[in-house]
Amino acid sequence: MTDHNQPSLGWSREELARRVAVDIPDGSYVNLGIGLPERVARFVPEGREVIYHTENGLLGMGPPPAKGQEDPELINAGKKMVTAIAGASFFHQADSFAMIRGQHIDICVLGAMQISEKGDLANWSTGAPGDIPSVGGAMDLVAGVKTIYVITQHCTKTGEPKLVENCLYPLTGKSVVNRIYSDLAVIEVTPQGFRLVELAPGVTIDDVRRRTAAKLLPPG
Amino acid sequence: MINKCTASLAEAVADIFDGATVMIGGFGEAGSPIELIHALIDQGAKDLTVVNNNTGSGHVGLAALIANGQVRKMICSYPRTTGSEVFPALYRSNRIELELVPQGTLAERIRAGGAGIPAFYTATSVNTPLAEGKELRTISGREYVLEFGLQADFALIKCACADRHGNLTYNKTARNFAPIMAMAAQTTIVQTGALLDLGAIDAEAVVTPGIFVDRIVTVSDPAQESKLVAEGRRYP
Repeated sequence: MTDHNQPSLGWSREELARRVAVDIPDGSYVNLGIGLPERVARFVPEGREVIYHTENGLLGMGPPPAKGQEDPELINAGKKMVTAIAGASFFHQADSFAMIRGQHIDICVLGAMQISEKGDLANWSTGAPGDIPSVGGAMDLVAGVKTIYVITQHCTKTGEPKLVENCLYPLTGKSVVNRIYSDLAVIEVTPQGFRLVELAPGVTIDDVRRRTAAKLLPPG
Repeated sequence: MINKCTASLAEAVADIFDGATVMIGGFGEAGSPIELIHALIDQGAKDLTVVNNNTGSGHVGLAALIANGQVRKMICSYPRTTGSEVFPALYRSNRIELELVPQGTLAERIRAGGAGIPAFYTATSVNTPLAEGKELRTISGREYVLEFGLQADFALIKCACADRHGNLTYNKTARNFAPIMAMAAQTTIVQTGALLDLGAIDAEAVVTPGIFVDRIVTVSDPAQESKLVAEGRRYP
């Protein structure tokens, strides 16, 4: 098997972000992780109002600023400069994390290193010596947000499956992931394990199974 | 009469002692009280335990304080930030301690410390390596970990506007840890962009009430950390 990373297979990163955005209902309060999850904000379907929370202290995060409008004191959790929409609010860290830990945020979209069939998530540390462990708000988000979506490439850059029976990396949280959106498929975490919800165009369930290191149940 | 204004940065940080715990506001460069940190470098207190979300970037501000050998231990959530070189090198060679705390737990520990709450239970970090060795308790069927409130001898924070009573307002996401650190420190030292007359800050708009503030220094044109880093500047 040598074709894990053929770019032609499955959704592109943009298409993947668009696919996640479709599943975010009108009126949701949403926290987006750093990197690929941030792209989801660009694809909110017409007619929906979604409020983005960034845990460094802003509810109502808008798009990146126009040139000349950047403010180094208006940033997101990834420390990128952003804007605040009309109707936005600023608050301190304890209030910001009360929104997260007090289960006020509806959906969080995060990246992943590994996800187990029980919904365990590893996304903060390889545990390797010399690695500087950095957790940020990831453990608070998975413990406190009602619905956790993972957006990720199905396999690592070297072709290793990220969907596994048991995570080998240190956990961010146990049994926390609800859904996985990969470049190949949308997969639900159920009490029985991974269950296929939807395939990317041109992808078969066997394509996904070959790249998944755990049982994948058919839709149903 | 209450007047918390201090004549100089040097005077404001003069009594920070060796071995002190110092909370420093900021999330990355937003809200980082860079002039107060540089004054602490000039002052020279060492063996400090510093509480901040990150570990600074480049060789200015918090990173410079660490590079100057004044910090024994960092308590933070995200030490590995873009442009952070000083801390990773010291950490890899075992020359600085790290207490890694999830960001929300860090915030809540500070808030609790400032509110007289010695400890609390939280679901964050349960079943992860960061809960190892900590007391667990099942409440209403869910497992929680015990975390302790965090207090400090000093807090160094930055705000946008202050009055002589110590009422403060902030600028956008530069607020981050400052209001809770002001509550949790024995002595809270503030650098403000502007000092206003009493009453000029609408009482409805005060974010940090003056009771939490001890000293105020006006720094009307604070340096921007990312700009200094881009210019390759070092402090001292």
